[in-house]
Amino acid sequence: MDAEDLRRAITRIAHEIVEHNQGLAGCVLIGLQTGGVPLSGRLAEALKQIEGVDVPIGTLDVAFYRDDIGLRPVLPEAVTDIPFELTGKAVVLVDDVLFTGRTVRAALDALNDYGRPRSVQLAVMIDRGHRELPIRPDYVGKNLPTRRDEMVDVTADGVDVGTMEKRAAQR
Amino acid sequence: MAADIVLRGGAVVDATGGRRADVLVHDGVVTAVDGDLEAPASALVLDAGGCVVAPGLVDLHAHLRQPGREEAETVESGSRAAALGGYTALVAMPNTDPPIDSAAVVREVLELGAGACCDVRVAGAITKGRRGEELAPMGEMAALGVRIFTDDGNGVQDARLMRRAFEYSSALGVLLAQHCEDDELAEGGHMHEGEWSSRLGIPGIPVEAEAMMVARDVALAELTGAPVHFLHLSTAMAIAMVRAAKAADLPVTAEATPHHFTLTDEAVASYDPLFKVNPPLRPRADIDAVKAALADGTIDAIATDHAPHPQEAKELPFDQAPPGMLGLETALALAIDELDLPLERVLALLSWQPAHIAGLAGQHGGPIAEGAAANLCVIDADARWVVEPERLASRSRNTPYAGRKLTGKVRHTVLRGEPVVVDGEAQR
Amino acid sequence: MRHLLSVADLGPDGIEEVLRLTDNFVEVSARAIPRVPALRGKTVVSLFYEDSTRTRLSFETAAKRLNADTMNFSVSSSSVNKGESVRDTVTTIAAMGVDAIVVRHSSAGVPWQVARWTDAAVLNAGDGWHEHPTQALLDCYTIRERRGSLAGLRVAIVGDVKHSRVARSNVLAFSLLGADVTLVAPPTLLPPSLAGWPVAVSHDLDDVLPKADVVYLLRMQRERQTEALLPSLREYTALYGLTRDRAKLLGDDTIVMHPGPMNRGVEIAAEVADLPGAVITRQVANGVAVRMAVLFLILGSGGDLGG
Repeated sequence: MDAEDLRRAITRIAHEIVEHNQGLAGCVLIGLQTGGVPLSGRLAEALKQIEGVDVPIGTLDVAFYRDDIGLRPVLPEAVTDIPFELTGKAVVLVDDVLFTGRTVRAALDALNDYGRPRSVQLAVMIDRGHRELPIRPDYVGKNLPTRRDEMVDVTADGVDVGTMEKRAAQR
Repeated sequence: MAADIVLRGGAVVDATGGRRADVLVHDGVVTAVDGDLEAPASALVLDAGGCVVAPGLVDLHAHLRQPGREEAETVESGSRAAALGGYTALVAMPNTDPPIDSAAVVREVLELGAGACCDVRVAGAITKGRRGEELAPMGEMAALGVRIFTDDGNGVQDARLMRRAFEYSSALGVLLAQHCEDDELAEGGHMHEGEWSSRLGIPGIPVEAEAMMVARDVALAELTGAPVHFLHLSTAMAIAMVRAAKAADLPVTAEATPHHFTLTDEAVASYDPLFKVNPPLRPRADIDAVKAALADGTIDAIATDHAPHPQEAKELPFDQAPPGMLGLETALALAIDELDLPLERVLALLSWQPAHIAGLAGQHGGPIAEGAAANLCVIDADARWVVEPERLASRSRNTPYAGRKLTGKVRHTVLRGEPVVVDGEAQR
Repeated sequence: MRHLLSVADLGPDGIEEVLRLTDNFVEVSARAIPRVPALRGKTVVSLFYEDSTRTRLSFETAAKRLNADTMNFSVSSSSVNKGESVRDTVTTIAAMGVDAIVVRHSSAGVPWQVARWTDAAVLNAGDGWHEHPTQALLDCYTIRERRGSLAGLRVAIVGDVKHSRVARSNVLAFSLLGADVTLVAPPTLLPPSLAGWPVAVSHDLDDVLPKADVVYLLRMQRERQTEALLPSLREYTALYGLTRDRAKLLGDDTIVMHPGPMNRGVEIAAEVADLPGAVITRQVANGVAVRMAVLFLILGSGGDLGG
C-alpha cells in the first residue's frame, strides 16, 4: 500500500463508520498508542469532510492492561488522554495493525475503567491475521496475509512488510 | 615425653637475622640449629622446604569469650585458630562474663588454657567489673602471673582513677594497657566520623575520641613514671602523640591491628556489620599513618583484636550489631600482603616485640638457638590462599576477608616442643 | 532495576523514567476508578519497624491501585516485639511467596541487609538518617509539576539535615536533576562532613530566601534541644523557622515544601503552610502516583532501569 492507497482506505472507513452509526451522533474516536493515534486523527479529518462534524478524539495507552506484564519490557508510551465522558457513547477504537488481538483485549478492559460505552467498534488499517483471541475488526483498510515472524509498519507514506532483520537493517 | 622434631630445609629468621638451617627440637627445647642436621631415626621430620622457620607469633590482644560467651568462642577453639595462624602465645582480654577481674577468674581461664594449642596468658581488668569505678585486685592477679591489665572494650574514663591505677601498678611491675576512647565524644557512634558516616547516615566516632585519651595517658605516664601500652591505635592523630612521647623517652608502647592497616571506612557502605569494629575502620590517610608507624617503630606490635561474634549478632542492624572481627588466622598474611616491609620486620612486629611487651621474652619470640624454648612456626611466605569463613577454626565466622586472596600461610606450629599444627592442620 | 534502595541507584535517567511514568499514574489516580490491573497476582508486603502511617498507607494505596495484594507487617502486630531477628522475619515473609518488601527501619542500612536475604524486590521506605528515595522522587515530581524542570533551580533545604533521610535523598535527587542545592542549618544540625556533597551551605535564611525557587523545610524534632544541638526550639524558630514575617522575603512563585508531619509554629508558621506557594498536599497526592510508578517499574515493567 502506498500513501494514496492509505488515503483512499481512510476515506472508505470513514464512510463505513457514518453508515454503520447512521450519522456521527454520540460517536467518539480513541486511538491506541502509538500506531492508532495518527490514524485516528486522519480518520477524524475524513469524518469532518463527510459530515462536517468534529468527532471527539482520545488516546489510550494499554500498557497497564496487557496480559504479558513481567514477561517482557512493557512501559507506556504516553499518558492516556480521554477528555470526555465515555458512558453512552459509540466508541471507535483505532489501531494501525490487528495481529493477535491481545492489545484490543487490553483496550477493552481499559475502556471499562473509564466508563460504559453504548458500543465499542474496532477500526484497523491492516488485519494481518494470526488472531489468538475471538476478536474481529468492524472496519479494515486491507487484509494482508503475513507470516508470524514478519513485521508490519504503517506510516504516513504507506504500509511496509518486512522481517525483524530487515527492520533492524533499515535503522 | 614428646618425640623429637626436625624442621627440615627452611630458612631460620629471628631477631638475630636469617640463615639457612635445620632445627632440632628435643623435650620442648631447641637442641640444635645447623645447616644439615642428622635427625634421630625416631624424630618427626617436618618439611620446611621453601619456608621460614621463625619464633612463634605472640598476640597481645585476643578475645576468647570464655567464660560466658562460649557460643562465640572458647579458649580451646580460639587457641586452635591462633596456632593455625602461627601463634604460640596470646593474651586473652578480660571482657568476658564474668570479667577477668579476680584471681578466681584468672585461674579458671589459665586452667582452660592448660591443654590448648597455644600458650594462653590472661590480661586482668584494671577496674572491678570493668566499670571504671574501683580498682580491681591487680596484686592478687599479678601473683598468678598476670602481666597486662586493661579494661579493653572500654577505656578507663576517670583520669583520677587512671592515675591511681598507674601508681598502684608500678609497684607490681605490670603493664597497663588502654583502650583509648573518650566515651562522651564517642557516645552513640558506630563508625568513623567523616565523609562516609555523613553520607551513610550512621552516627560517627571522631578521631579525637581516641587521641584525647592517648594524650591523657601519655601525661599520666609521665606523671607517675608507670609504663602504658596503647591498644589498637587507629588514627594519625594518636600515632603522632605516641611518636612524640617516645621521642621524649616516656615508657610508652603501642599496637595496631591488621584491619586498621587493611580496610577503610568505605567498606561500611555495604552496611554489613562484619565491617563494624571498635576502634572503627578509618580513611586512607589514617591507614597510611598506621603503616608508617609500623615501619618506623612508633607502633611496636601487630595485635589481632580477634573478636568473635555469632552470626545472628552480625546480622543485626549496623547500629545494633556488636563491634569486632576475627583476626588470628589472617593477621600474618595481611601483614605480609599489606605492609611494605621485609619479612624479618613483619615477624618483629608479630613475634619478638609483642613477646617483650607481654613479658614473655624468656619463652616466646626469642632467637632460635640451642637451649631456646621450642615455640616455633614455619611459614610458607609465598603460599597463596583464599579466606573461606567456613574453614576457619574459630567458632565464629565474622571475618571481613571472605573470598580475599592472601599470601603467606602457616605450615607448622610447634608449642613447647610439640607439633600443634602440621601441614596447616591442627593436631589438637 | 531489582530494588530501590537509594536514589543513587537510579541515576538521572532512572529518575526521569520514574517521573515520566508517574504522569501515567497521576492520570490513573484522577479517574473514577483509580485502578489498573498491572500488578495482578503480585504481593507487596510492608515491613515497618518504625511507625509511619503516612508512608505505609501511601505505599499500600499505590500497590492496591495496581491490583497487587498487600500485606502489612508492622511492629505492633507482629512477632517483632518477641525479639525475632529481621532476618528470620524476612525469611518468614519470603516463604509466603511475596514479590516485593517495602522496608522502613530506624537503623540506616537495614534495606541493604534485607536485600541480601531475599529474592523479593526491596523498596526502601526510609532507613534511619540515611535515605528515603520515594520521598525524593515525589518531591522532584511535585517541583516539576510546578516548574517543568529542576535544571538550574535554586533549592534551599532548611533545618535538621544531619538526622534527615529526606535531606540525604533529596540532595542526591535534586542535584542529579541539575538543581543548585543550598543547605541552611545551624552547624550542629549539619553532617560532620559534607565532602562529596554537591551543595552550598548557609547559616543565614534571610539571605537565602529571596533567591530561592524552592524552600524545603525539614521536620524539627523536639529531642534535638536535649541533645545540646540547640539552645531551644524558640531560638531555632527565630533563626531558621519560616515565620510569617520571613515568608515576605519569598519570591512570588517560590515553592514551599515539607515532607510532613509539620510542626506548625516551629519550622513553619501555620499561615505559611497555607500559602499558595505551599505544595505540601500536592506532595502527599503525588506520593501515591510516584510509588505506583516505582512498584510498576520494579515488578511490572520487565525493563531494566538505572544502575
